[in-house]
Amino acid sequence: MKTLVLLIIIWPLIGFLINGLFGKWTKNYAGIIAASALGLSFLSAVYPIWQVILGNIYDYVYFTWMPLGKFSVPFGLRIDSLSAVMLFVVTFVSWMIHIYSNGYMKGDPGYARYFTYLNLFVFSMLLLILGDSYLLMFVGWEGVGLCSYLLIGFWYDKKTASDAGEKAFVVNRIGDAGFIIGVLFILFNFHSVTYADVFPFVHQVLTPETATIIGLALFLGAMGKSAQFPLYIWLTDAMEGPTPVSSLIHAATMVTAGVYMVARSNAIYDMSPIAMEVVASVGAFTAFYAATMALTHKDIKRILAYSTLSQLGYMFIGVGVGVYWAGIFHLMTHAFFKGLLFLGAGAVMHSMRGLLSTDLMGGLKKKMPQTAILMVIASLAIAGIPPFAGFFSKDAILAGALEMGHPIIWIVGEVTAFMTAFYMFRFVFTVFYGEEKVPNLYHELHVHEAPKVMTIPMWVLGVLSIIGGWVGLHVSGEIPIEAFIARTAPTLEVANEAHYSEAFLMGFSACVGLLGIFTAWVIYIKKWITAESIANTFKPIYTLLANTYYVDEFVYFFIVKPFWWVSEFFLWKIVDVKIIDGGVDLFGWISKRIGWLFRTLQTGFVSHYAYWISIGVMLLTGWYLVRII
Amino acid sequence: MLAAYMFVSVLLFAIGATGAMIRRNFLIVLMSLELMINGAGMALIVMSYFTGNISGQVMFLFVAAVAASETAVGLAIAAMMYKNKKSVDINDYTTLKK
Amino acid sequence: MNQLHFPILSTIVFLPVIGALLVSLIDSKKETAIRWVTFIVLLLDFLVSLPLFFYFNSSTYQMQFVEKVPWISSLGMNYYLGIDGISLFLVLLTTFLSPIAQLSTWSGITQKTKEFNIVLLLLQTGMLGVFVSLDIFLFYIFWEFQLIPMYLMIGIWGGPNRVFATMKFFLYTFFGSVFMLVALMALYFLHHAYYHEYTFNMVTLMSQPLPANLQFWLFIAFALAFAIKVPMWPFHTWLPWAHVEAPTAGSVILAGILLKMGTYGFLRFNLPMFASMTHQFVDIILIISLIGIFYGAFVAMVQPDIKKLVAYSSVSHLGYSMLGMFALTTIGIEGSIMQMINHGISTGALFLIVGIVYERMHTRNISEYGGLASLVPIFSVFFMIFTLSSIAVPGTNGFIGEFMVLFGTFESHKVFAIIAAFGGLFAAVYMLTMFKRVVFLKPLNPKLLKLTDFNLREWIYMVPLVVFVFWIGIYPNTFLSKMHASVNHLIEQTKITNVNPNLNGKVSFDNKVIIKKSGLKG
Repeated sequence: MKTLVLLIIIWPLIGFLINGLFGKWTKNYAGIIAASALGLSFLSAVYPIWQVILGNIYDYVYFTWMPLGKFSVPFGLRIDSLSAVMLFVVTFVSWMIHIYSNGYMKGDPGYARYFTYLNLFVFSMLLLILGDSYLLMFVGWEGVGLCSYLLIGFWYDKKTASDAGEKAFVVNRIGDAGFIIGVLFILFNFHSVTYADVFPFVHQVLTPETATIIGLALFLGAMGKSAQFPLYIWLTDAMEGPTPVSSLIHAATMVTAGVYMVARSNAIYDMSPIAMEVVASVGAFTAFYAATMALTHKDIKRILAYSTLSQLGYMFIGVGVGVYWAGIFHLMTHAFFKGLLFLGAGAVMHSMRGLLSTDLMGGLKKKMPQTAILMVIASLAIAGIPPFAGFFSKDAILAGALEMGHPIIWIVGEVTAFMTAFYMFRFVFTVFYGEEKVPNLYHELHVHEAPKVMTIPMWVLGVLSIIGGWVGLHVSGEIPIEAFIARTAPTLEVANEAHYSEAFLMGFSACVGLLGIFTAWVIYIKKWITAESIANTFKPIYTLLANTYYVDEFVYFFIVKPFWWVSEFFLWKIVDVKIIDGGVDLFGWISKRIGWLFRTLQTGFVSHYAYWISIGVMLLTGWYLVRII
Repeated sequence: MLAAYMFVSVLLFAIGATGAMIRRNFLIVLMSLELMINGAGMALIVMSYFTGNISGQVMFLFVAAVAASETAVGLAIAAMMYKNKKSVDINDYTTLKK
Repeated sequence: MNQLHFPILSTIVFLPVIGALLVSLIDSKKETAIRWVTFIVLLLDFLVSLPLFFYFNSSTYQMQFVEKVPWISSLGMNYYLGIDGISLFLVLLTTFLSPIAQLSTWSGITQKTKEFNIVLLLLQTGMLGVFVSLDIFLFYIFWEFQLIPMYLMIGIWGGPNRVFATMKFFLYTFFGSVFMLVALMALYFLHHAYYHEYTFNMVTLMSQPLPANLQFWLFIAFALAFAIKVPMWPFHTWLPWAHVEAPTAGSVILAGILLKMGTYGFLRFNLPMFASMTHQFVDIILIISLIGIFYGAFVAMVQPDIKKLVAYSSVSHLGYSMLGMFALTTIGIEGSIMQMINHGISTGALFLIVGIVYERMHTRNISEYGGLASLVPIFSVFFMIFTLSSIAVPGTNGFIGEFMVLFGTFESHKVFAIIAAFGGLFAAVYMLTMFKRVVFLKPLNPKLLKLTDFNLREWIYMVPLVVFVFWIGIYPNTFLSKMHASVNHLIEQTKITNVNPNLNGKVSFDNKVIIKKSGLKG
């Protein structure tokens, strides 16, 4: 078993090494190698996951990684119910996306390099979720960040792509600093960073203040990785990467790491109401804020990116109000349907030769029927229509928020749910329904349905987008997924838990979703009200949204630029060159000047020297005489 | 008695020093240097005699030997210098300044 | 204690001198032969130094592989060599980096090859001598000795501004050394005044500290010499000059080893010998280190010259090293030593990388590069690895050092560690911006198109560095386990502020007292 658990993370590493070292030779087989590595990884994971469902927990230590004086950080892997869910999602979705990538990336000059990075990513991601200590999680955490950097900048000769990759890495580093600070506090207080040494002792060791500091520091990390306000700015730019990457890294797996981390640290968060409040509020704000930006965007990938931000916000509401299982549940269903949405967008891009604007699309259903159906399924799932997957998880989060006593967050959540349904179906209707907007464009581009290697993984995710939420149904008095996740991350216990009719809440949520779809139908299919007229009526708001609140511009002109300017023109050219180095040179200059002064004594006439010598002798003798007398 | 001997030795030294400073012909300068050394040497001998300590006289032997070799080297340099510049005026030799 | 019963340290130190003599016998026109001989000597030196690692007894803090021969007994000088867990890795780092640096010169140095290799060999002796000397007089001799080859290396084989750079480097470091010399002498006499024994023995001096009030000026004088060498902000301005003008091998050795002499000096002198002053100066030095971390990063960010960028990044990296050291915790100091080794490996490697393209393109301007990834992929991969190591991505060596430093600092000074944690952010900014502009994007400069990728020689000297990047990153215990005893002992020493209770320290700096006490009558 110990070996089997290790094998889960070793397979992608092997794939990485093969493609990385011998990419020149594996060239056309790189995709197959990578996908089989993932398949093997998934198969290795099945049995441990099953055992965990049966009630086992695995925690194996392989070697001591970092000895720190009295304590040490082991390299150990842990599978419990929380990591089992993540393990399933990551290995399975990654596998699907690897298969899909075989078709999508065909013919790209960087084919082997792409799969090298992708395997490295899965390795890091697995390390993140299976690592049995915070520090090992951090290794995976930075590792996935690195792969994200590499994959966003995959087409490195495009300046926008390289810039986006760098931006992602740097913004993430802000969060990482927070994570590291959290780890330092944990290590300092618990003398260990292993989960097994931390969580059982939280109440003995931590004061609420310390718990708040740790919680907030860790959440700063989560904000970076999971792109929460205000550290979300990298995620939309991250769409410069290949679309399967957006699907895998920037929707299904990596960006959800923050949610996983907060759920993992539930014991610490439970002690700190302040930290939880911050998590839930930031989540709610991001959910709403990102959804508003998705309303007006015309770039299909960016619509999905904002939608991802918004859904991540939901997950943080879930873990922030204390219903950890709901957050993780939504993470799982989101991985299915958002992964699918991106793959669908990728299929569209693939046949549209990389065109992204909804202005150029319309009526694609005729050309790409399978993709269209799948996109509708995924959109229904994200819009929260029963019995699709997203309905159950989103409902669990919102009901949880209400029960835990956060009515405002609930309202924000429902409003966001309406917007979600609206913008997703705006997307579906404008891209797949209606008429072809640019005549003959499809004909010229030879728009066609995606090949099988791409549609099959999409279908698999499509099925999961439907049935994936059914683990959230009541079965004999309990919800299976809740019971399962609560083994590791028990729901926060609050004194006066509010109770609401579950049926009513579910019905309400479903209605909100349907209303959103109806609104989109009215505007984009029936055209009773045109989008243009709405945009014209609310011109200032529309402009603000269409420019995504000018946040990027703000960051550039008020943070990046001044920072650069101060570094270059003040710190370097003035402080360093003029003041510090100038000071050093001044020292040399003074010595030289003094030398010049004495140089005038150096006449070159021997007699003058002799004269000075005799004066010196006289002075010395005189001084000596004075002393002895 | 000591004072008289010491007076002679200081006088010798002073004449030598003055000569070394004011004369421009470097042969004369070398001779003046010789005078200075002998002045100092005389002081050594005198002191040795009056204190009954032999080491002063021994030291003079050393000084005399060094003075002789110094003169030899000095004259050799002087000869070379003369060869180069055809001049015995030390004020023509100010290249150390440059 | 010498477990090998063989003067292995002397062999390591003086083997390069023998090599230099050998090289001097070769006809200067036979450049290949000279390079081979030098390389083999340096490689041999590395191989000879390996037993140090394998026979090292990690359970004791005592000096090991000791050689002690009386030298000038009447003055208490000995030819006294030995290493402990602190200097072990610096010695190994030196012997490891030198053959690599030498290999990089095979195509870079075409003028006065023979002289260059002789200088390189002598430099090796000087550096090793510094790390193994346990007699402060001997230490000082080596300390000054290694300046001369470095001075020549920059001054003769350097870039267009080499004379200015080398003068600045030499005078600045020498300025510091002079203070050290004065302090050494003061230490020598003061020690006699209190313990009635003239000794230059480092171990004795460490174990018999002076009264607190006497340590003040000594600490400052030593600290000044070492701070210039490290270099700590604001004594760093010689470094960019020296690096930019030095030939590749010079930069590698300068960054990889010479700078470590400063940090090593702090560990050997300031911490154990002036423990009570160390505690008083902790805050100042921590603040300066923090400034260095951020200042180095900010200034590195806007450098148009790759080498200058890496030079300023050294200021930032060694800021971490100093931070961990003056946290005065076991983990902090071990992290500091790790950081020294890591900096030697990754910054050394970055200079080699820069050297490789510089040899082909004759420019170090970032703006003239771009798109190397598509032109020289192998080069780019190596560049990436060292970039990541430099910004401390977990799994590489940089992370181990940085995390240990942060945690070590956190144990004693929380706020400093929290601030320092954000330093990694700026490291990412400057390294990745540079990396993007050099390796990514489109190759706009037509000259770039004729770039060639790694040749065999370059493969040979880059691969070992990569191995160590990951080895230290994944299994640092190999290295850390050797340090524990020595570092713990050092921590003990910093806690002792006054060994002899009878020494009340009323003796002031009045020289008459010293003279009277030491029996040196006028």
